[in-house]
Amino acid sequence: MSVIVDENTRIIVQGITGHQGSFHSGEMIKFGAKVVAGVTPGKGGMKVHDVPVYDTVEEAMVHEPDATMIAVPARFVKDAAFEAMYHGIRVVYILTEKVPLHDALEIVTYARSHGYVVIGPNGPGITVPGKTKIGIMPNHIFRKGTVAVASRSGTLTYEIVNALTLNGYGQSVVIGLGGDRITGLNFVDVLELFEKDDDTEAIVLVGEIGGTAEEEAAEYIKKNVSKPVVAYIAGRSAPPGKRMGHAGAIITRGKGTAESKIKAFNEAGVPVAEFPWEIPQVLEKVYK
Amino acid sequence: MNLYEYQGKELFRKYGVPTPQGFVAYKPEDIVNVEGEVVVKAQVLTGGRGKSGGVKFASSVEEARQKAREILAMEIKGHKVHAVLVEEKLKIEKEYYLSILIDRSTRAPLIMASPEGGVEIESVPDEKIYKYSVNPEIGVQPFVGRILSKKMGFSGDLAKQFTKILINLYRLFREYDAELVEINPLVLSEGKLIAADSKVVIDTDSLYRHPDLEENAEEKTPLELEANKAGYAFVELDGNIGVIANGAGLTMATLDTLLLYGLKPRNFLDLGGTDSVDITKNAFRYVLKANPQAILVNIFGGVTKCDTVAQGIIAAKDEFKIDLPIVVRLSGVHEEEGRKMLADAGIHAFADMRHAIEKLKSIMEGSQ
Repeated sequence: MSVIVDENTRIIVQGITGHQGSFHSGEMIKFGAKVVAGVTPGKGGMKVHDVPVYDTVEEAMVHEPDATMIAVPARFVKDAAFEAMYHGIRVVYILTEKVPLHDALEIVTYARSHGYVVIGPNGPGITVPGKTKIGIMPNHIFRKGTVAVASRSGTLTYEIVNALTLNGYGQSVVIGLGGDRITGLNFVDVLELFEKDDDTEAIVLVGEIGGTAEEEAAEYIKKNVSKPVVAYIAGRSAPPGKRMGHAGAIITRGKGTAESKIKAFNEAGVPVAEFPWEIPQVLEKVYK
Repeated sequence: MNLYEYQGKELFRKYGVPTPQGFVAYKPEDIVNVEGEVVVKAQVLTGGRGKSGGVKFASSVEEARQKAREILAMEIKGHKVHAVLVEEKLKIEKEYYLSILIDRSTRAPLIMASPEGGVEIESVPDEKIYKYSVNPEIGVQPFVGRILSKKMGFSGDLAKQFTKILINLYRLFREYDAELVEINPLVLSEGKLIAADSKVVIDTDSLYRHPDLEENAEEKTPLELEANKAGYAFVELDGNIGVIANGAGLTMATLDTLLLYGLKPRNFLDLGGTDSVDITKNAFRYVLKANPQAILVNIFGGVTKCDTVAQGIIAAKDEFKIDLPIVVRLSGVHEEEGRKMLADAGIHAFADMRHAIEKLKSIMEGSQ
């Protein structure tokens, strides 16, 4: 078993008949992911990429799914996530952006107290090269290998994964945590999984301004992580009080600055790359 | 979205959190009745108004109108005063602090209470701030009020008042999708706890559930508002390089890289995950309105196809008659087609970020 999901993970897509749901289900299938069913209320009986569509998750349970991709509009995300968890679907990835903060809070609280894994909201998902993909990361950038990547961004993750691949560093797993203030997984959660994962030998963290997740990761690394870790932090140039696209990317009351995060990583022995394309060179220094 | 003090206090009253008696005045003539001594407070979406002279006292209609006239003409930290709040002047015995916010680390609401209110909470020593992390499945029950009352030094009737305020404030926090509700100061006046000020921040993504709240313009520039309305995440900065990129993280990384190369970005613009010629084309409209001296486009294509982006850039160049230097980085799906289209149209296009920024640097140095 790799991190969170593997080649046997059976996936449903809630919102499979929508533009995003349908396009990305197709890409996931091409990547080798087992997409077993789709759910869209009112569209039961249809097929998308040859995958059967049901009106409810209850009906889709005949396919014994253990993960879902939620690609429904923001105001229906809470309903969809609870529908999946009620039926015991263990991994809930939420693609949707602009999910109400208190809905995310309720979803994540329930998941954490009942043993479900929520990935996102507002992130690109999880990819295990050579095995499976749940989400929207572009298929062509990956190569199977030993570096685990976790990121709060989407496109910046692709940039860095691509640079790793071009420089001969394949990936054991790539997780996009999501750009919102409340996400199901944070850096500490995934560091724990990466440390235990036999396929992972080195770790890349892609952080950004806002919150204190990077500082907490640095503390955790000092005490609990034996594998080499390198990082990149986006948002050094961001002015305080301006939300830089992501709900979570904002410096308020002097907290959440890039300087504080870089300092914390450096103190934990984690080198921080100045430019995104430097990640492979920085990694080379700590991971031979 | 930040609410004005009077909007926050309207919500407080709706939820049974006591506030001073008062009314809003948008112009001095709105003040028609004043009983006893009143305080006239500037309504602005920024802190520090007291120090800037935005809070004045009066004891007659004439005096209150005069003070309102002065305050309404003020600009506080670059913010125009929206209105004044005229309220009874409270006899203050003691000032406390109370807030509820979303704590990102614990992924739970956090209550903060302090017996040292009336000042910025950052200046209160940690040991004087009492924190309680709320389990959202349990919510705020009366026992939470008892725990915090004891630490705050409330007993008897005051403990009951405090607990009621806390429970009601939490209901407001949850039902109105707040990011933050803050009472600073919560004052003790003639045996009653009263919210003398309010700071309420509502989650923007939840506004559709609250049609009773009008959208405040917040701290955005007119151009930012215009671009946001068109669907772009857009922030104005003070440099001279227009920036269009896709994804918030990559856009931030692009701005950071420019600065490290000694170039200054004029804006943040995230195209988002789109595959539309028009969305790319129209992004230039807002970047151009900011009058940059050159434009950098940085796209890592996934969902976004590079040839679509190239079409959008060429369409923008033609339609908006752009004669500024444009440097493009295009990588990802259909990148070769995209770069070829741009090269044919006379636009510098590169496969990686570094070469694109180095090219831009040499163009900017050449133009000086």
